[in-house]
Amino acid sequence: MDFGFWLFQTLNALQLSMLLFLLSVGLTVIFGLMHFVNLAHGALYAVGAYVAATVAGMVGYWAGLLVAPLIVAELGLLLYWLLIRRMRQSGPMAQVLVTFGLIFVLLDLTRIIWGDIALGIEVPDLLSGRIEIGGVTYPVYRLFIIALGAAIFAALALVLAHTQIGAMIRAGVDNDQMAACLGINVERLFLLVFCIGCALAGLAGAVAAPVLSVTPDMGLKILIPTLIVVVIGGLGSLWGAMAGSLIFGFVQTFGAVLMPGLASVLIYALLAAVLILRPAGLFPARG
Amino acid sequence: MKDKAIGALAGLCAGALALPAAADEIKVGLLLPYSGVYAALGNDIEAGFRLGLAAFADETEARFAIVREDTEVKPPVGLAKARKLVLDDQVDVIAGVVSSGVLGAIRDFVHNSGVPLIVANAGNDEATGEQCSPFITRMSFSNRQVNRPMGEWLHAQGVQKVYTIAPDYAAGRQMIGAFVDGFTAAGGEVVGQEFTPFQTTQDFGPYLAKARASGAEAVYAFFAGGEAISFVKQYDSFGLKEAMPLYGAGFLTSPLYVEAEGPAAEGVIAALHYVPTIENAANAAFVAAFQAETGRVPSEYAVQGYDAARALVQATATGAADRASLAQALAKVSFEGPRGPTAIDPATNNIVQPIYVYETVAGETGLTQKVLAQLPAEADPANGCTLSATN
Repeated sequence: MDFGFWLFQTLNALQLSMLLFLLSVGLTVIFGLMHFVNLAHGALYAVGAYVAATVAGMVGYWAGLLVAPLIVAELGLLLYWLLIRRMRQSGPMAQVLVTFGLIFVLLDLTRIIWGDIALGIEVPDLLSGRIEIGGVTYPVYRLFIIALGAAIFAALALVLAHTQIGAMIRAGVDNDQMAACLGINVERLFLLVFCIGCALAGLAGAVAAPVLSVTPDMGLKILIPTLIVVVIGGLGSLWGAMAGSLIFGFVQTFGAVLMPGLASVLIYALLAAVLILRPAGLFPARG
Repeated sequence: MKDKAIGALAGLCAGALALPAAADEIKVGLLLPYSGVYAALGNDIEAGFRLGLAAFADETEARFAIVREDTEVKPPVGLAKARKLVLDDQVDVIAGVVSSGVLGAIRDFVHNSGVPLIVANAGNDEATGEQCSPFITRMSFSNRQVNRPMGEWLHAQGVQKVYTIAPDYAAGRQMIGAFVDGFTAAGGEVVGQEFTPFQTTQDFGPYLAKARASGAEAVYAFFAGGEAISFVKQYDSFGLKEAMPLYGAGFLTSPLYVEAEGPAAEGVIAALHYVPTIENAANAAFVAAFQAETGRVPSEYAVQGYDAARALVQATATGAADRASLAQALAKVSFEGPRGPTAIDPATNNIVQPIYVYETVAGETGLTQKVLAQLPAEADPANGCTLSATN
């Protein structure tokens, strides 16, 4: 249990956190802005991984990383026009049911298109191998995931805090009716945020594919951790998504190492504690 | 006149319809997962099974009709589907069952209704141990059978200290337990063990650091499917493969999904009851036929389906045609198959077969399996099974 051990596990925790952050940020902002529960978010992550695996197999890793978010955003657009737009006024119960059903529709679609046998992609040459930091050799690709997550967080934080569109989104999250009265087209804003959220889910899938296996049920597996992150962090807030992801990543990683018997329970105990003490999450978007 | 002609035609048709039934049609219920995490396994077993029925059709008078049902890898669903096959479809024999959980759920029903079941995957030791039944014949493997000889072999290679890792569920614990039995009996030492939460662990990084710090010379692992892919890739990405060679139960680098693991799987040494590169005439014929049919090399799952079909053909060739006689005949099958000499142990109705130690290596068209050793076939101990006493 020397310094190297703690650094190594901290990097592991950060890597998991950043992956979860890419997924949860889209979910939480969509939720915060429009009170829309999109459980199919995890399925979009799986689609992103499959698209990335296919494109990487044909053209190369970087093309896959680029194309996957775009395709998933298109898919999000399609879902929006076909389903979600009509579901906007129908209340959370109907939305949960419809998007929960969507999970299985998308899951079977990926099985029909790509089959049941798991796929995998190789880490690109540029990011393969390991480097030494602080006396610990660590895979470069995992550092890339950490850097990518941090960069996207910084970019989103900048846009939200310092641009007009960011101000509009914040206004929409704070009070959508008032924002609409002030002349903001909240519905269009929602569509924009929804597409970006979907693209980030696709990006997360593409980034995760070389580390994990690409299987039809990967979207289902990631859904629960993502929801826990959103609930712990607080609905609708960028900082909440980051805080929730970090908490989940660290509790999960260090729980697995230090208290293996309790690892799977710890995060749920934490979730329960947050729900009792701060029902709105740690950093709710609305005061 | 016209009426008469129609009547004659109808008679002919009825006769034609009745004919196949007269020639001993055996109704087979295929009980496999076609959805859920093991869908790929179910499809592979079915492909092997159909191929087996076609390949050995000449050896029997019987003709087969197949009814397939999806267990969804859920024990209650598996039980409902087994009931449907037996009570509604009136099948003569059931083949399949991938998950040990499903096998556990249907065991009593199958046993009590007296329908022969040919297990084509599920490897839990109890099914041919204390839970054994004269109606359950296993043509796949048992967890113990695959792992225990590997423990002895690994120690004979000079490995003294091992760290083990596997998912925390019944099969994971049985596989590792059998390996540890063999390895410690031979004089080896297990310096650390980890059981990771089943199907919820995606990042093995935290555990791999512990394995590295344990002071073991090698790691022995059991994972299957998606978890196997994630584990093998992450093991390599942390650079552990060079420091501590990776050994395991052969499902770790199954031909079914080894391509998804890529170069990370190269050099992994594992034990399994079948690999497509076993050299014998029966396997050459099987691999060629399977490739012609599916375009892939067969996996251990495919051969389990293939041999299950062959066992059924052999049982019907003895004249068995109803549930009771089929069950008796199935317990006596033996043949030289793709896995080498393959037979059923009358004491437990479990398969007896050689175990192959293989290394995954880069071949001309992708990854392939290099057989390092063929470990002799060993019958599992009866473990409370009283078949031989009652028979």
